[in-house]
Amino acid sequence: MERCAVVGIGQSKYSKRSAEHSIDGLVRVAALRALEDAELTFKDIDAIVIGKAPDALEGVIMPELSLADALGAVGKPIHRVHTAGSVGASTAISACTLVESGMYERVLTVCYEKQSDGNATWALGGGRSGSQGAGGSFAPWIRQYIANSGAPEHIGWKVAVKDRKNALRNPYAHLHLPDISIEKVKESPMLWDPLHFLESCPSSDGAAAMVLTNSAGARRAPRPPAWVIAHAKRTETIQFPGRDTVKPQAGVECAKALYKKAGITDPRKQIDCAELYVPFSWYEPMWLEGHLLCEEGEGWKLTDSGATELGGDFPVNMSGGVLSSNPIGASGMIRCLEAASQVRGTAGDYQVEGARIALGHAYGGGANYFAMWIVSSEPAPTF
Amino acid sequence: MEDIAIVAFAQTKSYRRFPESEPALLMGLVNQVLSETGLERREIDFTIAGSCDYLSGMPFAFISNVDAFGAWPPVYESHVEMDGAWALFEGFVRLQIGDIDTCLVAGSGKSSPGRPREIFPLQGDPYYHAPLGLDPVSMAGLQAQRLLDAGKATERDFAEVVSRSRRDGLANPYAQVAADVSPDELLKAPYYASPLRKHDLPPISDGAAIVLLARGDRARALSRTPVWIRGIDHRIESHHPGLRDLTDLPGLRTSAKKLAIHSAPIDVAELCVRYSPEEVVIRDALGLGRDTRVNPSGGPLCGHPVMATGLTRVVEAARRIASGEARRAIAHAASGAALQQNLLCVLEGGA
Repeated sequence: MERCAVVGIGQSKYSKRSAEHSIDGLVRVAALRALEDAELTFKDIDAIVIGKAPDALEGVIMPELSLADALGAVGKPIHRVHTAGSVGASTAISACTLVESGMYERVLTVCYEKQSDGNATWALGGGRSGSQGAGGSFAPWIRQYIANSGAPEHIGWKVAVKDRKNALRNPYAHLHLPDISIEKVKESPMLWDPLHFLESCPSSDGAAAMVLTNSAGARRAPRPPAWVIAHAKRTETIQFPGRDTVKPQAGVECAKALYKKAGITDPRKQIDCAELYVPFSWYEPMWLEGHLLCEEGEGWKLTDSGATELGGDFPVNMSGGVLSSNPIGASGMIRCLEAASQVRGTAGDYQVEGARIALGHAYGGGANYFAMWIVSSEPAPTF
Repeated sequence: MEDIAIVAFAQTKSYRRFPESEPALLMGLVNQVLSETGLERREIDFTIAGSCDYLSGMPFAFISNVDAFGAWPPVYESHVEMDGAWALFEGFVRLQIGDIDTCLVAGSGKSSPGRPREIFPLQGDPYYHAPLGLDPVSMAGLQAQRLLDAGKATERDFAEVVSRSRRDGLANPYAQVAADVSPDELLKAPYYASPLRKHDLPPISDGAAIVLLARGDRARALSRTPVWIRGIDHRIESHHPGLRDLTDLPGLRTSAKKLAIHSAPIDVAELCVRYSPEEVVIRDALGLGRDTRVNPSGGPLCGHPVMATGLTRVVEAARRIASGEARRAIAHAASGAALQQNLLCVLEGGA
């Protein structure tokens, strides 16, 4: 098996409406920035893997066809992954397996969404009126989490403020809300009880890209590589009686497989920081528990203690997370590349000092799709 | 390279309208390959499927397909929004890593709830092509006209492809359309999208296909007639017809060369000929000679289960190797208008 490393990262500026770019332009911005970071060109790329959420969001079917030219893919392999909200991380993992297989040396992977070209809430509801939106699907499970754990209501507000404050350090983040406060969050309109407007992710346009390569390529890279030391995916049937929707079994098994592959026995201690897919505030404590980063019932206490803040002992969503930028199909890839950025030491104003091991995570569907990876500054870290 | 084989395969009939759900199309096939190999669901290490939300007008339609694969307890799986042949590509790549042994690959589609001629223009570039309503049928017509203008084919050539394919379809129990019609008869039909006649187009079908892959000794243990995948490669052409020579497929030529398809005789070629003129272009790019039997199943002109049509080519080629009828075969899949994207796979029998 070949080792896989991230040697290039590129992002567009995330925004409500990227009016200056076509879809082609948007993906090209991210791809060119990733190539520039790796000091490579399209010519050096052996294969391309793209990902995005449902085609109905922009009304373009099988966009790998129309994006082939913009991504320098003509004459090369390009394929497209779609695993609901987890797609960004699934795409990164798919691209990673291309390198690990030994069949491809340098792979460009790109994810995007241009939500302003369509109406996501309409499309997510299957094009039917009266869609409950993603928040409407998750709110009952969040209420169940609160009931199970006895968490106080300010936990959600706290996550909403923390992630927006982190975003102020990230020039690519969509939301820059310098005057964000607990007061503002709790006074913002209630969308889906207990989720207020400011506890929900925005709708963003944007694209994210990475260049992945093997050990030989990583050795030649101009900047420090992030080694992918483990990745895992798990899916479960979306609906059946008795399904644990608060702590889905697929999420637990995904984390177990991931830590085992990485050689991690105490994730909370051995992982330095995490970019978790938190589109609604309460999912921070829910995934801390759901992915075995703490005991059941302890996630909200971790959040409450400040441990997940920048400077805390387990920082989460240093970049501002999905709560600050949500180009849906790219949001999972952003988690993966932000984790990589931390261990490369290139995270700028939101760098976790000395980060050696980082977790990138995404989930999707009815919280029944999970995709995660662990990256390290070392090719074979020991714990 | 790891040795990877197809140890079981299955396909549905090409239905004009399948009355049940897409998972129901897949479920029977999953059960069939499991019972043939004696594998339990939990022994499938990885599952990967190809399908398209837009066909049934349901974003996330693929999520219910996982029910057919049996995703409880949770499974390791993924999905490409492409023909199942690209799921096969990713499955093959995944098995190369060498840490897992089995992979279930699926392709499925239910086109009957939608209107393909309205849906598929949305495959084009959204700024310049889609507003024109440039759909795959029109693009196939443009491609056919280029072939005629370049002197690379005649309308009789197209009719001969249809006549041969539809006649071969008579022996294919999965076919939706089959007939014994001479090229002369076919040429009497009026134009539909000039120079194409209605019979130059495929039927649109509901359907699914599945292959089960296994690695090395596991493959030998699971099947007495494993069909080895000797290589798989795919390439895309420019999206803009004005930037392409529509009578040629340089990407497919690259794939054929990379896979050294002519290093040994090719007994059978199952080609994704959705419109009869495409056969001329594909044959030429692959350099196929008269000793290769093309589309003995009748090909997509007899059944076109969109999103499974490419993977069905692999199934049909594998069937002929497993039965001993062929020793070595190639399977071709295509995506996009005018053969924009092509996948090629080399299959071989033997222990």
